[in-house]
Amino acid sequence: MTLPRFSPENDPGPDFSALIDKYGMPAISSQGIIENLPHGTTCVAIKYNDGVVLAGDRRATSGHHISFRTIEKVFQSDSHSGVAISGAAGPAVEMVKLFQLQLEHYEKVEGNSLSLEGKANQLGNMIRQNLPAAMQGLAVVPIFAGYDLRENAGRIFQYDVTGGRFEEAAFATTGSGSLHATTVIKMGFKDKLNQQDAVALAANAIFEASDEDSATGGPDLIRDLFPTIAVIKANGFEMISHDKVVTTFTEIINSRKEQNGGT
Amino acid sequence: MSMPFYVSPEQMMEDRADYARKGIARGRALIALSYKKGILIVAENPSNTLYKISEIYDRIAFAGVGKYNEFDQLRIAGVRHADLKGYSFSREDVDARNLANQYAQMLGQIFTHEMKPMEVEILVAEISHQVDDIQPQMFHILYDGTVKDGTDYAVLGGETEVILERFSPGYKPNMTLSKALALSVKALSGDERELFSDDLEVAELSLKNGRRSFRRITGDELTDLLP
Repeated sequence: MTLPRFSPENDPGPDFSALIDKYGMPAISSQGIIENLPHGTTCVAIKYNDGVVLAGDRRATSGHHISFRTIEKVFQSDSHSGVAISGAAGPAVEMVKLFQLQLEHYEKVEGNSLSLEGKANQLGNMIRQNLPAAMQGLAVVPIFAGYDLRENAGRIFQYDVTGGRFEEAAFATTGSGSLHATTVIKMGFKDKLNQQDAVALAANAIFEASDEDSATGGPDLIRDLFPTIAVIKANGFEMISHDKVVTTFTEIINSRKEQNGGT
Repeated sequence: MSMPFYVSPEQMMEDRADYARKGIARGRALIALSYKKGILIVAENPSNTLYKISEIYDRIAFAGVGKYNEFDQLRIAGVRHADLKGYSFSREDVDARNLANQYAQMLGQIFTHEMKPMEVEILVAEISHQVDDIQPQMFHILYDGTVKDGTDYAVLGGETEVILERFSPGYKPNMTLSKALALSVKALSGDERELFSDDLEVAELSLKNGRRSFRRITGDELTDLLP
């Protein structure tokens, strides 16, 4: 690999995707529907008084078959933002990798980072570019959440497969378990939740989704596997520790047992 | 019709080198040194938007002196090279030695083949991924592609001899951040004048900053660190 040099009219600027295009790395392309690839499912994002909480389960399925039990769907995209993915697992993880790099690349080339709005639009562009693959069954539908340092508030963006970008006022869900997750959040959501309650609500949403939707993984006590939860606030992105996640889910499990014997 | 004069290759190279050196000497100098927790880079730079020091990759920093637009072009090429390499292979596979060689190739090529040599001197600095053994590495690359490598310190720009005289007697490995900074600022300023935080651009490479070890030291933090 030699140092990339461009004439001024061909210079890709701070855009990493454009740089890859100029460098000629091929995109995935094939004909026809690609079936039985692993798909990831339920993710949620909820606003609270200090920022946003992002949570996702750990399961990927190919039809009725569980492909992976330990995949992660909640990613840090830069210091103050994160992405939660659902859809075709392979392209989704690849999209996140490219998105993270895009933000970092822009920051390094330009000397300052993109606005939260700019980051949300970038991700929208990437989803739009994925549309041909989405038509073949490789749709990627992420949630983007971040702390806007200019507005001093947490913000959540949702997308459709065409890259359409929609900002949510309170919460967002994605994936096959999203119907159940949405109901749980709707019942428990209040303006200005504190962090503990917001994390518990997100965990509850994933728990109920996993209870009703076979493609969503719940807490796996045998393997000590739990959904992942992260918070994004003024001091940045932070993964909630495994121990705290375990405690949160243990409380949920115990409360269900008490309420109605577990049903 | 005028006859072209014969110019010997030695003379031509010397003229080019002189030209580049003159351009570089017009700018202010820069010092990079390893300290206890990583590498510190201190530049005299009155602008706080046109940077001389910047981040290339997780553990790699870039610094340049001379003509701004020329070293900035090299900086961006470096970021692109590193990000492309990290993307197509792995983040661990991006290293300073390779990058320094690429820079040397490019500068050497331009020096001999193009109309005008680049009026720049650049530095590629890297630390290892181990907290207790930072293995600092500094590659100092000149306008003609000459590479010098070192592990302790490097001085770039005009008046390097004078600055080195002031700097090297005081240098010790494993200094604290504030001591390292004080020594560098003193060496850059000399005895007759004083440099304040507004005249300086300071950045460090240190694993305490997380995966991306590059961090600028600015504002109140810099003022507090200065003696």
